[in-house]
Amino acid sequence: MNVLLWVIVPYLCLAVFVVGHVWRYRYDKFGWTTRSSQLYEDRLLRLGSPLFHFGMLGVVGGHVIGLLVPRSWTEAVGIGDHLYHYVAVVGGLVAGAMALVGMAILIYRRRTVGPVFSATTRMDKVMYAFLAAAIVLGMWNTIAGSIFSLGGEYNYREGVSVWYRSFLAFQPDADLMADAPVGFQLHALVAFGLFALWPFTRLVHVFSAPVGYLTRPYIVYRSRDERALGSAAPRRGWDEVPR
Amino acid sequence: MRVMAQMAMVMNLDKCIGCHTCSVTCKQAWTNRAGTEYVWFNNVETRPGLGYPRTYEDQDEWQGGWIRKPNGRLALKAGGRVKKLLSIFSNPKLPSIDDYYEPWTYDYETLTGSPQTDTFPVARPKSLISGKNMNVEWSANWDDDLGGSQEHAARDVMLKGIEDKVKLEFEQTFMFYLPRICEHCLNPSCAASCPSGAIYKREEDGIVLVDQDRCRGWRMCVSGCPYKKVYFNHKTGKAEKCTFCYPRVEVGIPTVCSETCVGRLRYIGLVLYDADKVLEAASIEDEHALYDAQRACFLDPHDPAVQRAAEQAGIPGDWIEAAKKSPVWALINTYEVALPLHPEYRTMPMVWYIPPLSPVVDVVRDTGEDAEDRGNLFAAIDTLRIPVEYLANLFTAGDPVPVDRVLKKLAAMRSYMRDINLGRDPDESIPAAVGMTGEQMYEMFRLLAIAKYAERYVIPAAHAEQAHALEELATDCPVSDYGGGQQDLFGEGSGYPTPVAVENFRMLQDRQTSDSIAAPDDKGSRVNLLNWDGKGTPDGLFPPREGGGRA
Repeated sequence: MNVLLWVIVPYLCLAVFVVGHVWRYRYDKFGWTTRSSQLYEDRLLRLGSPLFHFGMLGVVGGHVIGLLVPRSWTEAVGIGDHLYHYVAVVGGLVAGAMALVGMAILIYRRRTVGPVFSATTRMDKVMYAFLAAAIVLGMWNTIAGSIFSLGGEYNYREGVSVWYRSFLAFQPDADLMADAPVGFQLHALVAFGLFALWPFTRLVHVFSAPVGYLTRPYIVYRSRDERALGSAAPRRGWDEVPR
Repeated sequence: MRVMAQMAMVMNLDKCIGCHTCSVTCKQAWTNRAGTEYVWFNNVETRPGLGYPRTYEDQDEWQGGWIRKPNGRLALKAGGRVKKLLSIFSNPKLPSIDDYYEPWTYDYETLTGSPQTDTFPVARPKSLISGKNMNVEWSANWDDDLGGSQEHAARDVMLKGIEDKVKLEFEQTFMFYLPRICEHCLNPSCAASCPSGAIYKREEDGIVLVDQDRCRGWRMCVSGCPYKKVYFNHKTGKAEKCTFCYPRVEVGIPTVCSETCVGRLRYIGLVLYDADKVLEAASIEDEHALYDAQRACFLDPHDPAVQRAAEQAGIPGDWIEAAKKSPVWALINTYEVALPLHPEYRTMPMVWYIPPLSPVVDVVRDTGEDAEDRGNLFAAIDTLRIPVEYLANLFTAGDPVPVDRVLKKLAAMRSYMRDINLGRDPDESIPAAVGMTGEQMYEMFRLLAIAKYAERYVIPAAHAEQAHALEELATDCPVSDYGGGQQDLFGEGSGYPTPVAVENFRMLQDRQTSDSIAAPDDKGSRVNLLNWDGKGTPDGLFPPREGGGRA
């Protein structure tokens, strides 16, 4: 069971995530977009969208630090457990609250504004469920685990993070996750589900973050000859003759 | 010197009768799809009026185009790259659908499906965005022919500074039509605003296009364009804009809007320009000097040095020949009667306009004086400051001198040609008064008034050696291969790319035979008559026959 949950399922999700993106990029560049609904409604979006997105940037940054930086490294530069804990909880709460409030506004908007609701696909709804569950569980872990210490002390940097790094190094240690509190387990499972869905939702726009804009020249010139525009090569112009 | 060729257009506003044929044919060709209902690559505005979208010229509000910073450098008015990226999650200056209008259709089924009653059944307007009943309150040309202008036109941005002088009472005002397409600017601020780099200017002919595969729907181009000629397709989540009908222009035929123009007022031709000079010209301090600065970027195709440089830059010989015969070059530089639209946006627009003399002629005629007499017309141009100042706000950043000059040329042509047409001796002092010879004036008359097809459109085809890749010839992608297949997996329009012509054909066919208003299948059965071409009977056009079966 442990092997299934913490080895097989995560690798399956990771594989879907990677292969799915490659496939989608090759197959469906035209569908690769944010699918913005700002044209329909502006007032709620103006509040909710930046809150959610900047909150999520903070959340992602926090996860990168929390999961990828080993405890020994931070100790080596003189950051003690207490200080680290303090910064992580405060930063996590602020970013998480921003993301949560932003998301609440956005979901409210999506449900109540007619045109936005009718532009919502089934995939969007599934994705929203996973995303919301992941954020809520993550917040719960921060609040319940780190502040009130419900269910005993648990330092995820000794458990979940180590497992995650072992997972990335292709030497997964399933026991570490099996010992983690149920909140962390659920959070991880939901997150892996989200990763598996990712390539098939509008979330792909995350990988189009236009950082290249900072360095490219303002006006782009392109020659007409450049025919490699399509996501698939033009098909051959003749049919095979059956012999 | 870096010579580049630009496909450009001039419109002669005196000949525009405001029939909207250009808009309608353009819409049928390019934007008759779900998601582009409100998109008008070509629209015709009545001026004075609000334009489309409403008050788009108010750049204090919309922040489109470029500004010159105090240090003399050019910057996007809406802010630089960092600011753009920071506001990417919610574009602060995106016009909402209400600034355009909420597109609608009618619930025709209540008419076709109505039982016999004493009262007429009513087809209610249904929003094409939400599918719900709506009240029609605005549209793309709501203030057509000054309709409702007493209420609205005072908000016309171009009236700023002269509002106290302009009378908007129906009897006393002036009016003309302004057809607009994308300007295909030399210094396009939409392209500069695009975070993904999806908007590009074609090296060969300067047409500005959106790469639909690279666009990620950040919407910055919509706010970046001061003419608001980039639109957001709300179904595909991608930006779309006027394509200068590149599949047609590539094979040497004019754009749809030009081809179908009833007044024959559009001119298409090449202009050679020095790409190295563009930025400098666009950053010139005095806004009034922008018109001349832009003209100084253009290169005379008759100059042997320019021809040599053009050849070295890889511009084919027949293109240089076409540039020599270009009506656009003639109207801009030889006769100097065409003016750019809003040079103060510093985008170096390439669709120019010959301002209308008709507001002046109308006033003279209404007084009972001879409206084709040079003296009367010149005097009227000098006294009638309001139309002149208004035109100057549109075409020369408020400088009345070039507008004066153009109007006087047009007035002189009018009276000079009257003498000739009536068999009288031409009065050579008339062209001389505006610095032209009689022969030049006659040539200008031929181009403007006779306006032969071959003289209006001098469009060199793209090169034969590239023909296999051209969209319209499409020898390497047969039509029969497209259509069907896997669509809509990730929303409307996803899947294989399709050549533009094929795509439009399929989509039109789909919509003509589909029975839903805005493509989604679950919106109930309804026929969109707007997209029905009269052929065939889509489901739902007639009520079902008794005992089942289609009518």
